[in-house]
Amino acid sequence: MDLNKRTADAIVWLFLLTMPVWINWIGGYTSLGSRVIVLALAAMSLNFLLGFTGVLSFGHAAYFGLGAYGVGLTIKYLCASTPLGMLVGVVVGTLAAAVIGVLIVRLRGVYFAMVTIAFGQVFYFIAYRWNAVTGGDDGLSGWHSIPINLGFAKLDILNDPIAFYYFVLACFAVAVGVMALLLRSPFGRTLLAIRENERRARFIGIPVEQHIWLSWLVSCLFVSLAGTLYALLNNFADPHDLRWDQSGYFVIMAVLGGMRSFWGPLIGAVIFVVLQNYVSGQTENWMSFIGLFFVLVVLFFPRGVLGIFRRRIIS
Amino acid sequence: MTQLILYNVFNGLIIGAFYALMALGLSLILNLSGVINFAHGGFLAIGAYLAYTLIPYIGFWGALAMAPVLTAVIGLLVERVLIRRLYGRDPLYSLLLTFGLAFMIEDGTRYIWGAQTLPFSIPDWLTGSLSSNLFFLTGYRLFMVLLVVVAVIALFLVLDRTRLGMRIRAGINDLETVSTLGVNTRILRNLNFGLGIYLAGLAGVLAAGMLGLQPTIGNDLIMPSFVAIIIGGLGSLPGTLLGGLLIGVASGVTAVFFPSATEAVIYVMMGLVLLVRPRGLLGEEGRVL
Repeated sequence: MDLNKRTADAIVWLFLLTMPVWINWIGGYTSLGSRVIVLALAAMSLNFLLGFTGVLSFGHAAYFGLGAYGVGLTIKYLCASTPLGMLVGVVVGTLAAAVIGVLIVRLRGVYFAMVTIAFGQVFYFIAYRWNAVTGGDDGLSGWHSIPINLGFAKLDILNDPIAFYYFVLACFAVAVGVMALLLRSPFGRTLLAIRENERRARFIGIPVEQHIWLSWLVSCLFVSLAGTLYALLNNFADPHDLRWDQSGYFVIMAVLGGMRSFWGPLIGAVIFVVLQNYVSGQTENWMSFIGLFFVLVVLFFPRGVLGIFRRRIIS
Repeated sequence: MTQLILYNVFNGLIIGAFYALMALGLSLILNLSGVINFAHGGFLAIGAYLAYTLIPYIGFWGALAMAPVLTAVIGLLVERVLIRRLYGRDPLYSLLLTFGLAFMIEDGTRYIWGAQTLPFSIPDWLTGSLSSNLFFLTGYRLFMVLLVVVAVIALFLVLDRTRLGMRIRAGINDLETVSTLGVNTRILRNLNFGLGIYLAGLAGVLAAGMLGLQPTIGNDLIMPSFVAIIIGGLGSLPGTLLGGLLIGVASGVTAVFFPSATEAVIYVMMGLVLLVRPRGLLGEEGRVL
């Protein structure tokens, strides 16, 4: 089993590291690859909460969008520096999550989901209404990512899509690595215990609310990181990044890939992004197709791609 | 100034009545089946567009009577074919399914009726203003408020006085026991879903007369309806009603003093309620879904 896991990790990293080499051969382009990684990071962050703590958030787009607007506003108005902008984006997203987390941490199940959806909308309306600063419905444009000076070399993430891809991949690797370490730590094991049986976890003295709050915080921190990368990718922050549709996309990616497995959401993100890219290029009625896709996934693939695999191996 | 405030409070009440009508339907479905119906706004749009299509044949009053019923029939079918399969599973799945349905309905209405705003004709004698001093008090608005009041009273009477209502209330408390006592809970949930969708359809016809017809007509109403349920308290229909009216008036009043925060204010209210009273204003203690 452990060997299997190592092989899976190796395959995933090989796939990701070589993507810019072969993605053009199969009809893609490098920034599509970056998009996949960014959204995969968002979906995996969500899954930290959904799949490994057993708490359903349907409002993660809010923190994704806060990250996006954080980096955009910082670069546009404060200081033309990509790392600083990303830092601001992540801090803003995480702080908002910390405050809202305190309010919602005692709720469960459907109620939790509903409150996260509703709270997500606050930030959407702020971005949508505060025209003077955020650009309102048109989104925040008039800024772009700034090449990063590493001291020994300059990383031109603005003009060189391959440099940007590896920059995103590096951020992804750090974030995913931290999440994997957390899940292997006693803290992560405690989260699994809460997922499996909250009442029992409480009986043996685990401060459940505190753990859920921390898990929520970790999840939102990395989803805001994904948001900053997404804005840098597009050189644009869109109010729709903050909306509930986007949250739904993250959840479907996690479910589609398999929310009980670590890499599941990555697979979900690959399938979803490629499908969305293809369908919206083919037809104006892409919303119907995406909607139908949601329905079909729920009815026929509730365990996700990796879930099916796993069941086969076991049986 | 007084008139402005009065205007906005009244406006807020009307909007609040809409929120309440939507939220009551959502709440019925959520309480008995544990399903957050994301497609509720979509059903509202279906009701509105069906009324639009029916008006040339059977007039406004006929459409007002028929469109919500037809919407409810569609709702019954959707529950029978799709949603029923998900009962007893993680609520995540019904959320995703209705999310997908909402997309399909929005796009479907756009495909059938077009993306442009359609005019929705209401009887002439309802369009006029009732008093020159209170210019905003048009007949249609007053009529809407009255109709919502009647619908809400009727709903509570059904729940309180009829056998179906009794079973729904009992099912909200303990569906398993109700089932053991010989009630067909599949049919019960089906009818309950239909009842919720009927309310959405009714709200749709009324909203179309006020806001005009667009495929996205339900989108602006669904989030505040969630907030109304949360503020009012999960599991409590009177709470939902109260929540809807409260946030309607609050956003109406905010529109006078700080127009750009009209939408945001209801979420601030929700935050405050959750901070002070996590179960909502009239919610039962310790209720978990």
